Amino acid sequence: MKNVWTIVRKEFRSYFDSPVAYIYITFFLILSSWLYLRGFFLVGQATMRGYFGILPWLLLFFVPAVTMRLWAEEKKLGTIELLMTLPLRDHEVVLGKFLASFFFLTVTLALSFSVPVLVALLGDPDAGAIWGGYIGAVLLGAAFLAIGLFVSSLTENQIIAFIIGITLIFAFFIVSEEFVIYNAPRFLVPVLKYLGLGAHYDSIGRGVIDTRDVIYYLSVIGFFLFLNVRSVESRKWK
Amino acid sequence: MAQGGGTSARSNLREAKDRTVIEVRHLSKRFGTTVAVRDVSFDVARGEVVGFLGPNGAGKSTTMRVLTGYIPPTEGTARVAGHDIIDDSLAVRRRIGYLPESAPLYGDMEVVAFLRFVADVRGIAPGETRERIARMVKVCGLEKVVGRPIQHLSRGYRQRVGLAQAMIHDPDILILDEPTSGLDPNQIIEIRELIREIGREKTVILSTHILPEVSQVCGRVIIISDGSIVASGSPHELTRGAGGSGIVRFAVRGASQGEIERKLAEAPFVVSVRHERTADGDLHDFIVEGREVKGLGENLFRFAVANSWTLADLHVEAASLEEVFRRLTRGETA
Repeated sequence: MKNVWTIVRKEFRSYFDSPVAYIYITFFLILSSWLYLRGFFLVGQATMRGYFGILPWLLLFFVPAVTMRLWAEEKKLGTIELLMTLPLRDHEVVLGKFLASFFFLTVTLALSFSVPVLVALLGDPDAGAIWGGYIGAVLLGAAFLAIGLFVSSLTENQIIAFIIGITLIFAFFIVSEEFVIYNAPRFLVPVLKYLGLGAHYDSIGRGVIDTRDVIYYLSVIGFFLFLNVRSVESRKWK
Repeated sequence: MAQGGGTSARSNLREAKDRTVIEVRHLSKRFGTTVAVRDVSFDVARGEVVGFLGPNGAGKSTTMRVLTGYIPPTEGTARVAGHDIIDDSLAVRRRIGYLPESAPLYGDMEVVAFLRFVADVRGIAPGETRERIARMVKVCGLEKVVGRPIQHLSRGYRQRVGLAQAMIHDPDILILDEPTSGLDPNQIIEIRELIREIGREKTVILSTHILPEVSQVCGRVIIISDGSIVASGSPHELTRGAGGSGIVRFAVRGASQGEIERKLAEAPFVVSVRHERTADGDLHDFIVEGREVKGLGENLFRFAVANSWTLADLHVEAASLEEVFRRLTRGETA
């Protein structure tokens, strides 16, 4: 576990060692607030429903941008050889990188606190829904991160990692959307409804935190981290 | 020794085993259909400095990657410090320090932060880290660059940071892949001296395609060509093994080029003569390959005097390792 934290510290710091982190965070906060507040005064309700509605679409682009570097750069620069010949287990490195990106996402989401503060000043919002929304966003973002991190381990090109990351996350997100469900063969409908990252997000966003949804997200994260370990190990396949 | 009693033979064997820190047996590595390493076996004893010598793509790096646990062998086994490289990879990685080819480092990290990261991973006690880093900075001459991001460093400094990270946990075994590549002549000399210094206490395997480096730094040379070991021994043994021939470059005047060439070719101690160039109209440069490096210079000198030629320059090069290397790696037998 100590090794995991060593990796987390290194990766988390490296976000802030370059201007990248500040650019990402600024971009994310400005865009999310602007898209939300544009409609906020028209609706005239003290609710963050709209905010959490926009969030998945922003995270769709934000998350792969956060994860694309994590493996692709190691491969490109050859530092992966240095890293993997240190006395570290493969899963420790994968977990460390994931947690570092997770903390980065959490920091970014925490910095959007001005939005609920503003809403609370203007009206009397449902605190439960706001907390639920944030928890849902963190879980959804973490699942996105696990996918993005896995994709990054498949290539040494960050741009490719970014694009494929978006594509894969998008696919996982929309399978439970209504137009997909409507057109899908009947027997697939329950599967797609369960698999879709979006469906679980909506139910948490209503302020109902169901263990099944939490377990769902944890399994998606676990599954992609497992794939990630396998992909890092693949250099050892004969 | 072989005639000695069973006890002494056994104790000799055990002693040899105790001294062996790296043991490679029938190691092969294939990537798809290309064979990078072909049935390689060798031992490295404690305290030895062994040089892998070979052309680019001969399999030096691949062998090192297998030994450091980065990639597994297709066939064969290897033990490092008594641990199997596959079953006990972590233990092996703990015992060695590794500098991969072209020293890949985290460019956005500062030198000290990077060394601290490696020290943390290496499990160095937090109280000791500062002191270890300070020592590495001193040993590797990094004082001027400690606070700088690695990406802003020159090639030579990067190589030194790479060495520092490989040695920070004071490993018994160092594996250095082309530690002097891409450095300027002064830096090469500094790094070589550093490696020689380290080699007094530690076991070092280094790879290079620079020949003088091997004879200066290594006690033993393993020449690898096309994935196989083609020769192994001390630089001295290898040059002797090549037939003990020697090369003389010399400049002479006092006769026509054709005459000198003919007479030299007939001399008993000469294997071949090649005319290099003629300067000032009558100063002829020749390269002569002698049968034996011993006495070649004297023989040639006497020969010139006997023919009343004037020697302007004479330069004996012992059957160079270069020659051995070229012959072996071209697939010709020495």
